[in-house]
Amino acid sequence: MPTTGTAQLAPLLKAHESEVLNDWMSLQWKSISARRDLVNEQELQRQSKDFLSAFIKAVGDRGADITAAEYAPLRELLATISRMRAHQGFSPAETATFIYSLKQPIFTLLQRHLPDAQALATELWSANVALDSLGLLTTDMHQKTREEVIARQQQEMMELSTPVVTLWNGVLALPLIGTLDSARTQVVMESLLQRIVDSGASIAILDITGVPTVDTLVAQHLLKTVAAARLMGADCIISGIRPQIAQTIVHLGVELNSVITKATLADAFAVALKRLGLAVTKTGSDAKAPTPSNSPERA
Amino acid sequence: MATTTSREDFPLTSSEHIVIVRQAVRRRAVESGFSLVDQTKIVTAASELARNTLMHGGGGVAVVETLQNGTRTGVRLTFEDKGPGIPNVELAMRDGYSTGGGLGLGLSGAKRLSNEFSIETVPNNGTRVVIARWK
Amino acid sequence: MERIPILKMGSYLLVSIQVDMHDRLALQLQDDLTGRIAATGARGVLIDISALEMVDSFIGRMLGNIAAMSRVLDASTVVVGMRPAVAITLVELGMELTGVRTALDVESGMALLSTSVDGG
Repeated sequence: MPTTGTAQLAPLLKAHESEVLNDWMSLQWKSISARRDLVNEQELQRQSKDFLSAFIKAVGDRGADITAAEYAPLRELLATISRMRAHQGFSPAETATFIYSLKQPIFTLLQRHLPDAQALATELWSANVALDSLGLLTTDMHQKTREEVIARQQQEMMELSTPVVTLWNGVLALPLIGTLDSARTQVVMESLLQRIVDSGASIAILDITGVPTVDTLVAQHLLKTVAAARLMGADCIISGIRPQIAQTIVHLGVELNSVITKATLADAFAVALKRLGLAVTKTGSDAKAPTPSNSPERA
Repeated sequence: MATTTSREDFPLTSSEHIVIVRQAVRRRAVESGFSLVDQTKIVTAASELARNTLMHGGGGVAVVETLQNGTRTGVRLTFEDKGPGIPNVELAMRDGYSTGGGLGLGLSGAKRLSNEFSIETVPNNGTRVVIARWK
Repeated sequence: MERIPILKMGSYLLVSIQVDMHDRLALQLQDDLTGRIAATGARGVLIDISALEMVDSFIGRMLGNIAAMSRVLDASTVVVGMRPAVAITLVELGMELTGVRTALDVESGMALLSTSVDGG
């Protein structure tokens, strides 16, 4: 493998910094990866200038090893640029091309100023190694940011799709709809428990009418939620257990002894009210409250 | 390949040490950006394992490391002692099994609370339990 | 040595655990409480753990023991204020503290105690 050496690269770059920057800018701006719809020329100029000067400094201090401490400012700068671009909607390839397009101006520069073939090969290879690594790093960082964005969106979606409803003072209902996977159940559990604390509820109704299938894992998750709520001082009632689900639960041998289960949310609500010592009474429709206009006047 | 970005070693020879280790693990978990639930899980697992090392291993050490694997951050804990070892690991990992009057939830519980779990034990030559949680 | 303070409120005893307890402190609390219940003839014990960021199997067992011992001494125990993250972790750890009554906060805990104390 060719030896790496950057003895000439740093000083050359420093001496011809603006020339390299201009070449690089025009290359970028011409290529599709510039994404003129997402970033304007001024911003691209600024990013490129910052990157190039940080690169020159790092190469001068430490050669081609981008994992070295001297490369930290450059890596941080790259992280900022990658994150920004990921948020702006650039693809990972487009962001990496920001780095790779710098190769051509650098190679041209080296070719022009290094007559010695051996030295040229060494310096070219070093520059190549450094820029390749930086390009890969950018792609990684870009990917990570995209994953964070997706994770946040998924979280928001999960929270939106599992609303916790206050049915009455002290009674919460959680109508679960759709399939319950491990991640979702986790989110559901955490938001329910937090709502219990926030609202001071002592009863939570988990309604699974909208859950098509319940397997062992889901059943276990539900039971864990019930157990955790109890530790916090709230009782749970599971409602909406359809006959098929009831069969599955029995088949799976899941123990629901300590949990109250009701066929419908309405039944569960009735139990909750009773627990709280509340009752729903009918208001008399023929009894008229005395008002000045209809109180009987004796002539 | 995960690399250690920082490491702290703690002695485990008294019950106050268990608290010190818990607090160090909490700090690490917070710094690594773990959610509150994940923080609580790893701190609790640490407490269980630290106590095991103290009570059953005759005392030992705890190593708390922050890890970096590409862009992922994690916390790894190692609990090591030179005690009697565990003769039957499978039995020891069963919920409720205890030889010391405890609840027998330490090992199995710590495993459930972690993303990674491993145990090495040699009779009369000690035990080493390693757990890790990733953000 | 440091001890967790126990307050007396009428026929109830109130404990608020504010520190990250080491094992000996927890055992001391167990002893102290049992002693105070016997000495004062308290009918109810309220343990506030809302400041605890972690409950492991040792502390869980301590709470269970306190509940069991006070029952023997004819007092009810209620543990209040467990945080969500702590509850989730305890369940995952495998502890459900089935012998321990729980409530959301001190107020509802007191209400629970008064119904159980009056009821017998």
